[in-house]
Amino acid sequence: RADMAAPAAKGTSRTAQNDVASIKKKGPGALATAYLVIYNVVMTAGWLVIAIGLVRAYLSKGSYHGLYYSIERPLKFFQTGALLEILHCAVGIVPSSVVLTGFQVMSRVFLTWAVTHSVREVQNEDSVLLFVVAWTVTEIIRYSFYTFSLLNHLPYLIKWARYTLFIVLYPMGVTGELLTIYAALPYVQKTGLYSVTLPNKYNFSFDYYTFLILVMVSYIPRKYRLLLLLLLLLLLLSKIRVLRSEQISDTQINHRMLIHFWGILWIMVCFMFVLEMQTLCSIVTIQL
Amino acid sequence: MDINLVALEAKQAGKKANGPKRPVKPTKPAKKTKKAVVFFEVEILCAKTKDKLCFLDKVDPNATIGEIKAMFHKSHPQWYPARQSIRLDPKGKSLKDEDILQNLPVGTTATLYFRDLGAQISWVTVFLTEYGGPLLLYLMFYFRVPFIYNTKYDFTTSKHWVVHLACMCHSFHYVKRLLETLFVHRFSHGTMPLRNIFKNCTYYWGFSAWMAYYINHPLYTPPAYGEQQVQLALIIFLFCQIGNFSIHIALRNLRPPGSKTRKIPYPTKNPFTWLFLLVSCPNYTYEVGSWVGFTVMTQCLPVAFFTLVGFIQMMIWAKGKHRSYLKEFRDYPRLRSPILPFML
Repeated sequence: RADMAAPAAKGTSRTAQNDVASIKKKGPGALATAYLVIYNVVMTAGWLVIAIGLVRAYLSKGSYHGLYYSIERPLKFFQTGALLEILHCAVGIVPSSVVLTGFQVMSRVFLTWAVTHSVREVQNEDSVLLFVVAWTVTEIIRYSFYTFSLLNHLPYLIKWARYTLFIVLYPMGVTGELLTIYAALPYVQKTGLYSVTLPNKYNFSFDYYTFLILVMVSYIPRKYRLLLLLLLLLLLLSKIRVLRSEQISDTQINHRMLIHFWGILWIMVCFMFVLEMQTLCSIVTIQL
Repeated sequence: MDINLVALEAKQAGKKANGPKRPVKPTKPAKKTKKAVVFFEVEILCAKTKDKLCFLDKVDPNATIGEIKAMFHKSHPQWYPARQSIRLDPKGKSLKDEDILQNLPVGTTATLYFRDLGAQISWVTVFLTEYGGPLLLYLMFYFRVPFIYNTKYDFTTSKHWVVHLACMCHSFHYVKRLLETLFVHRFSHGTMPLRNIFKNCTYYWGFSAWMAYYINHPLYTPPAYGEQQVQLALIIFLFCQIGNFSIHIALRNLRPPGSKTRKIPYPTKNPFTWLFLLVSCPNYTYEVGSWVGFTVMTQCLPVAFFTLVGFIQMMIWAKGKHRSYLKEFRDYPRLRSPILPFML
């Protein structure tokens, strides 16, 4: 996991000490380290603000509901700010994989903006609180971990917290995220949010509803996805067999449901097929 | 000193194919017999674990790495020669099949390192599969095979002429690629790793299915500027297809059959090859041009995405090839850019 790689990555504290001594040889090194310390401190502070905001709102309201609104702005700001981490990897001041970091940050940003912000009706859901709390605690620990590592003074407590609380926080976050997406589904379908239908000038279509279902599917670990793919293929084959043996119903409602079912089934099968192909090969360009 | 001299002589003799037998080395006695030829011993170790995998004695000094691979394959049948990477150093570069044993910087007992390249599949097989798929898939969408679109459209045909034209162009493109794979291309490597077939097929099949779905959809909208747009796009497409084919023929003629020599490609009498003056990989340039033409012809966003992704990939390859040309040939023309004239 990238989290495991992070301690080694932030071990630039060693180079930081050398850099201070030989600034003319590795000027950017010292500068990069200083910048990273500032960045991590700012992020730690930001997520602390969110944590405090949550506690204060809970105390004043007296209930768990609707706490999202009290921390909406700082959440959006600091979670979006995490996009800088992709830049850090791309530039090289943090030796993590750009692809991996990008994927993690984009999934967070997607949930913040494309789900929670875009679908107002889910903002009252308890699942939102679930993942916000999980993210807050995780990020406070993570950024303080990086800060202390860069300064070469990592308290054991932080290290322990990072690798132990993860066991609780990760499932908590995933559950909250999945429930939120699931809650958003009916509203997305009803309003056709972010969706494009045929016919149109550019001969393109996009169904955000199906896309969200696929996002949920992508959370499932590899092993179980393969099983799910097998199940879907069997379902598809049996459906083909059934349709061939009996007359297709003429009534409009059944027809629409059938097409709906078909469409999603096909797309899911193709999507999961692609996902599984990717597990069979690495993302490397063809060697000539 | 003696060995170096012998090696130098051997290299010069090696240039004349299959020269007479080498004279005996004065210092090292022949191991087995009193013959004039000294046999080599070859020890093959695993590059990762340094385990002794194979010991070959009585190896002809003129034996090539290819022959040694064949001998190694006999003792380890699961590692066929295409799968073997033989090197002098565990972390070094792979030796070529044509390298001759005595020309290598080894003593009479050579220690070689082996790395398993994984299951291999031939280039031709990969190309045929990855190009055959799009051809068939597109036609399935074109003929509106059941279970793709609404049942009332099964086996119907589109009323737009551009859809028929697009099918012809797309099919022509992939038929051309299949024929080129069988008759035109000369491959420097025989095989590639097996996992590449999954990756490549997913890319080609996936994109062609996605494009074909929209172009052959009952609700397809023809191009905004009508006939003019389609005709212009068709001209661009055909021009680039001929160009691409010309470049492939020119590249084929650079390399005599069976050889693996590398030369700088130059423009020939065919005007389409004059792009070599400006670009290192004009076949990629023409390929991008064809797909741009197809995009304009169909006015379909998924086709535009496919063109973009293909362009990015080909740009990466072209830059790599351009760099290796510059490294290999001192007198490489400076005017040329990798893929787009004067730009990229």
